[in-house]
Amino acid sequence: MTSYPLVIAAWMHIPDGFLSLGVSAVCWLLILITLAYAIRSTHHALDERLIPLAGIMGAFIFAAQMINFPVAGGTSGHFIGAALAFIVLGPWLGLLTMTAVIALQALLFQDGGLVVMGANILIMGLVPGFIGYQLYRLSLGRGERVETVVAGGAAWLSIMAAAFVASLLLAFSGTTSLAVALPAMLGIHAIIGIGEALITIAALAFIRRTRPTAVKAADDGAKGGWLVLGLIAVFVVLLMAPFASGHPDGLEWVAELTGFAESAQEAPYALLPDYTLPFAGETPLSTILAGLVGAVVVALVLISLTRGLLTENRKKKNI
Amino acid sequence: MHFNTFDHYQEHGSWVHDLDPRVKVLAGVGFIVSMALLPDGAWLAYMLSWGMVMGLALAAGIEPWFVIKRSLLILPFLLAAVTVAFTLPGNIIWQGPWGLSVSDAGLTRFVSIVLRSWISLQMAVLLTATTRFPDLLHALRHLYVPAILVAILAFMYRYLFVLVDETSRLMRARAARSAQLPGLKSGRSLWWRASVAGSMVGQLFTRSLARSDRVYQAMLARGYEGELLTMNPHHMIASDWQALALAFLLIAALQVIGRLL
Repeated sequence: MTSYPLVIAAWMHIPDGFLSLGVSAVCWLLILITLAYAIRSTHHALDERLIPLAGIMGAFIFAAQMINFPVAGGTSGHFIGAALAFIVLGPWLGLLTMTAVIALQALLFQDGGLVVMGANILIMGLVPGFIGYQLYRLSLGRGERVETVVAGGAAWLSIMAAAFVASLLLAFSGTTSLAVALPAMLGIHAIIGIGEALITIAALAFIRRTRPTAVKAADDGAKGGWLVLGLIAVFVVLLMAPFASGHPDGLEWVAELTGFAESAQEAPYALLPDYTLPFAGETPLSTILAGLVGAVVVALVLISLTRGLLTENRKKKNI
Repeated sequence: MHFNTFDHYQEHGSWVHDLDPRVKVLAGVGFIVSMALLPDGAWLAYMLSWGMVMGLALAAGIEPWFVIKRSLLILPFLLAAVTVAFTLPGNIIWQGPWGLSVSDAGLTRFVSIVLRSWISLQMAVLLTATTRFPDLLHALRHLYVPAILVAILAFMYRYLFVLVDETSRLMRARAARSAQLPGLKSGRSLWWRASVAGSMVGQLFTRSLARSDRVYQAMLARGYEGELLTMNPHHMIASDWQALALAFLLIAALQVIGRLL
């Protein structure tokens, strides 16, 4: 071992100075709250066994990131491991492990900044791990072939999600323009994600063959995976919103043709005029944010309606 | 494996090395936060900050070129930040092909981000070069980082080299069992190569899990009850407090210079 592979070193560990202090602080807050839950949960489950287990698992992830396989023409594929860590160790211990890996990389190799460490833990630990874990759980109990394919898809999506969040944070900090960074990041990581998917599938298959009880991801009925899939679908659609056709829809076209378009009256108030945020102008970002606002409002309305129906239903059945 | 492969601590007998690690962590992080707070285009403040880092390196007996060399880690990220040079609105100073144009505000912002980040990185390099890792962790503990997190980091550091050695043995074994005849294609398919790598990861995992079991039992047998004890007390002496005060004074001065000049 003569040198630390620079490929991994360069991978998404954002250095200090690339994120604004505001963005860093918000990420820290999110991570600290989640870490507090993780520590409490794992300490309760594992007691004093937690420290040696998490420490050695952290060293495992770090060492596993060095294992490569030749892809083509001198390049080699590597493995990040957040999804695998969450699937095999469970979400809370997985988060602690990835936090240890990222903290050690920042402290020891300056790979990733100290002030932006919260953001790095979010990008490379919480987001990919959570998404990989929830999506994988959807496949449990549906047969080995389904589990394998879904594990690969979950790992791939986890990398894409991490790239997405990283681009967002960089854009919010004014370090890069979203329009340029997002397609570039997503494009590159679509390839990197394939390597991650392949290794995750193979590693999980090996672990399930040799020590099946070690895999902590369990199907306990929680439907978080569907929520994650739904969220991903929403985000993909939102990103494509600015590319929607500018042609008039059926009613508008007929109205213009027959001439009654002029008799349309303006609404007394306009919250999101023409699918844009009023203060953000006519930019694509404004359309995306307006879509986000609309999606959130619809979701909240649906949730409150169905919650009311669910309680009614339960009362009728005396559950 | 020698610890020097990963740990870049350099032993010297300087006053910087002898400072309480808490002072170094606080001053280092304070400096990085200060760099982030400096406005765009505060060139004098950036120069003085860099001078401060280099001065500290010389005082600590660390070669400045070592610090600069390790800070080149930042190069791949220039690609991420360079987009802002082209997209920030302002007076166009360079018109390029394909409709690309660089504005003065964009260029200032880009260079400012790169300089601030580069200087912050050098301070972080200096921090690790002058502080032993166990002392660094102990300083974090003093600074109210939760004991469990610090203990996990300590354990990870302890077993890092062991597991990396294990990994290099796995990779050497794979290489020893891989033949390649000249002129003939080898390595079967991409999926096969990936699954071999994945099996190595799985193998490493099961070995690590078994090892953690053994380590845990060994610790229990030696009286482990959940708390890691240390016999390395750290006391802040007068010179530590003075160094901390001086550091924050200089950081404040940099902020003033950055905003006024």
